[in-house]
Amino acid sequence: MRLHIKNARIVDPASGKEGSGELFVADGRIAAEGGKADRVIDAKGLVLAPGFIDLSARLREPGHEYKATLESELDAAVAGGVTSLACPPDTDPALDEPGLVDMLRRRAKALSRARVFPVGALTVKLEGERLTEMGQLSDAGCVAFSQANAPLADAQVLWRALQYAATFGYAVWLRAEDADLAKGGVAHDGEVATRLGLPGIPAFAETIALGTILELVRATRARVHVCRLSTAGAVDLMRRAKQEGLPVTCDVGLHHVHLCDMDLGYFQSQCRLEPPLRSQRDRDALARGLAEGVIDCACSDHTPVDEDGKHLPFALAEPGATGLELLLPLTLKWGLAQRLSLAATLARITSEPARVLGIDAGRLVVGAPADLVLFDPRASVRITPAALKSQGKNTPFLGAELDGVVRLTLVEGNVVYEA
Amino acid sequence: MKLPDAEELCEKLAAELKPRIGPKSAMVGLYTGGAWLAERLHALLGMKTPLGLMDIAFYRDDYAARGLKHDPKRTRIPFDVSGCELFLVDDVLYSGRTVRAAMNVIFDFGRPASIALAVLVDRGGRQLPICAQHVGARVDVPAGMRLALKRDERGKLALALEAERAA
Amino acid sequence: MQRNPQLNEKGELQHLLSIEGLPRAILLQILDTAESFVGVTEREVKKVPILRGKSVFNLFFEPSTRTRTTFEIAAKRLSADVINLNINASSQTKGESLLDTVANLSAMQADIFVVRHESSGAPFLIARHVKPHEHVINAGDGRHAHPTQGLLDLYTIRHYKKDFAALTVAIVGDILHSRVARSLIHGLTTLGVPEVRVIGPQTLLPTGVEALGVRVFHDMREGLKDCDVVVMLRLQNERMRGALLPSAQEYFKHYGLNADKLGLARRDAIVMHPGPMNRGVEIDSTVADGPHSVILPQVTFGIAVRMAVMSIVAGN
Repeated sequence: MRLHIKNARIVDPASGKEGSGELFVADGRIAAEGGKADRVIDAKGLVLAPGFIDLSARLREPGHEYKATLESELDAAVAGGVTSLACPPDTDPALDEPGLVDMLRRRAKALSRARVFPVGALTVKLEGERLTEMGQLSDAGCVAFSQANAPLADAQVLWRALQYAATFGYAVWLRAEDADLAKGGVAHDGEVATRLGLPGIPAFAETIALGTILELVRATRARVHVCRLSTAGAVDLMRRAKQEGLPVTCDVGLHHVHLCDMDLGYFQSQCRLEPPLRSQRDRDALARGLAEGVIDCACSDHTPVDEDGKHLPFALAEPGATGLELLLPLTLKWGLAQRLSLAATLARITSEPARVLGIDAGRLVVGAPADLVLFDPRASVRITPAALKSQGKNTPFLGAELDGVVRLTLVEGNVVYEA
Repeated sequence: MKLPDAEELCEKLAAELKPRIGPKSAMVGLYTGGAWLAERLHALLGMKTPLGLMDIAFYRDDYAARGLKHDPKRTRIPFDVSGCELFLVDDVLYSGRTVRAAMNVIFDFGRPASIALAVLVDRGGRQLPICAQHVGARVDVPAGMRLALKRDERGKLALALEAERAA
Repeated sequence: MQRNPQLNEKGELQHLLSIEGLPRAILLQILDTAESFVGVTEREVKKVPILRGKSVFNLFFEPSTRTRTTFEIAAKRLSADVINLNINASSQTKGESLLDTVANLSAMQADIFVVRHESSGAPFLIARHVKPHEHVINAGDGRHAHPTQGLLDLYTIRHYKKDFAALTVAIVGDILHSRVARSLIHGLTTLGVPEVRVIGPQTLLPTGVEALGVRVFHDMREGLKDCDVVVMLRLQNERMRGALLPSAQEYFKHYGLNADKLGLARRDAIVMHPGPMNRGVEIDSTVADGPHSVILPQVTFGIAVRMAVMSIVAGN
């Protein structure tokens, strides 16, 4: 299949280049020139960019198929322009055995939509006690190891895990949250939680845990990616760690760039998220940190939750929100507010996450895999349950009108989504 | 339209009631107009038992449609209702529903020997089998208009006609 | 911003979920109406027909005999039919969901749901899902709110002190876990009390409590100085050990109300307590039973306030 995309506004975040022009695809890769194309696409008014890369999307398989399936969520991914995604290991059972990882990858490959990069469990059953067989899991296709949102209360286990991972060069992805300080908490410990009578998680539960992680990185030189920053304090710590030259990267969930604890309103369980939505000051620091590059990537933290999981009092509601199909609009909205170029904006969901994952994607150069997206940055979409392909219909943005509509998604040169 | 003078009607009503007042007589006024009138009559008649004042809000038959819109006043019946000869006083008698509710309130306080109704004005239009024993005047009021007693800052009573507020 | 979920489109009280966000006029309407009901509760026949034919469902997901009983008495004095349901929280998680339970009861023609739940915000969730003619009254949700208790406290204060505009009110004890404190604070600030104080150790004061419009004191003697009203909060048994407090004895030493400390408040100060009291833990018996105590009148007023709330919401 040979494609010729013409009249597009081509944005390559990796090089920072923007310009109108044409692009050829042949044999699943970006090609120097066309020859005879099987299909010519007139992309007038549309942006052509590398397919998006989401560092955290829960597909709910295995174990939670009533909430979502691989089919529904990979459909949602390509509809959102996401061509590669990393899925956290908090499935049921957890991704702690090579067989499970292998099966997940086969299932995903057979569906031939977005590329799925499993993140393996760091400890057996995510219980925070015994290390998993990282070597075998790595061979099976795990790109990194993580506890997802499960606590790792024992700092000695964390230390050993980082030493072991550093020995073989495996990447470790960690949430920074002190399990004891966060115990029982469901909202940011501040005025809103006080008013609503919700048990709080203090901001220092994150900074204390991050301090521990950074100290252990200093000692072990393990490659650590810190997931879902939520506080201004953590942004400062990351800035200093990077200045010091520690091998650390980090990301933020897009909800936390746009929302804060005030959005809980009258106990909106849509805003029950992990980590909790923090103060306005934290939100602004995250948005700026992402613009400055202290925070490397933005992710959707896609977590399909069914109605039963959300139709509960706030503290009892299941945390999480759907996100794959909101990745582009929410990123564009953030980039616009920060007055960034389109290339700099899209870098946070293309070239930067590709770098964190260590995969050959997220750039527009000849010979690179043709994982591409064409989108209309000016068309708007109203977020409704019916409009979402994901089985997760819950998001704080339900009813919102957002700019940025994906028209076409290519994975390895094949059209996997077309609106 | 010309309305009768409330002060004159009040005097007239007092004169009519005078011969009926005995040792067992007691008086209850209905908020708000009836309470003003009852205060006046009670003094003019020199009654011994203290005056009772009543708000019928919790006994209204239109609660389902209207709810509790106005802050009800506290009902105070500072005498033993049982066995007394009770004069119920209101400013305007119309549908009869207020009087029905008022009688229910009274029976929750005790069993009076008798109840008589005294009103300043009877405007007709009864919806219940109720009539007043003592009436200051009969006045025809067009439907859709509300007739009520007013009291100015010096305590002078006057009748006033206003358009009925939409429910 | 969403509309206040307690008010209907005309701005009238549809549900009572929290004192926070209620206009002053509605608070005064409830207090004034309650005053009329105090008269009813003093009569021979302590019953009015206003809610005849209406059904009040007491939905208690967290056990509380006292509060449930006061709501039951209030509903019965309004001539409503009362159905008590104590729903064991553990059987809840196994079986039908909270909203299923409510939908089922709704099918049995409910008019008012009185809800107590251990999770903050549960009554808001229910209020979002009931039919337009149904009303929800929060009888205590988690640490969030206990609006009828707050209202009866306001009623009691107004009864003894007449005017809110010159008062100093101190709330003493476990503010962190107290829905009573949160509701009362919102009520007092809405009605214009110039100084509301909270007194307790750091472990029992929530983060950013000052934002509710209160002054924080850790020293009880300092905090009680010249107070007109002292509200003592109940200290739950499970808080008395562990990391919040070392012991009940030590708590009483610092934050228990005795005659000596009460002497620092104004001579005509009143002492309130939402009950049930832990004598010798937060309050000394000589104070609880002494001339400043208005703890028993609070209970009486509580019935009238709940009658007022039910009769107002059911009519809107």
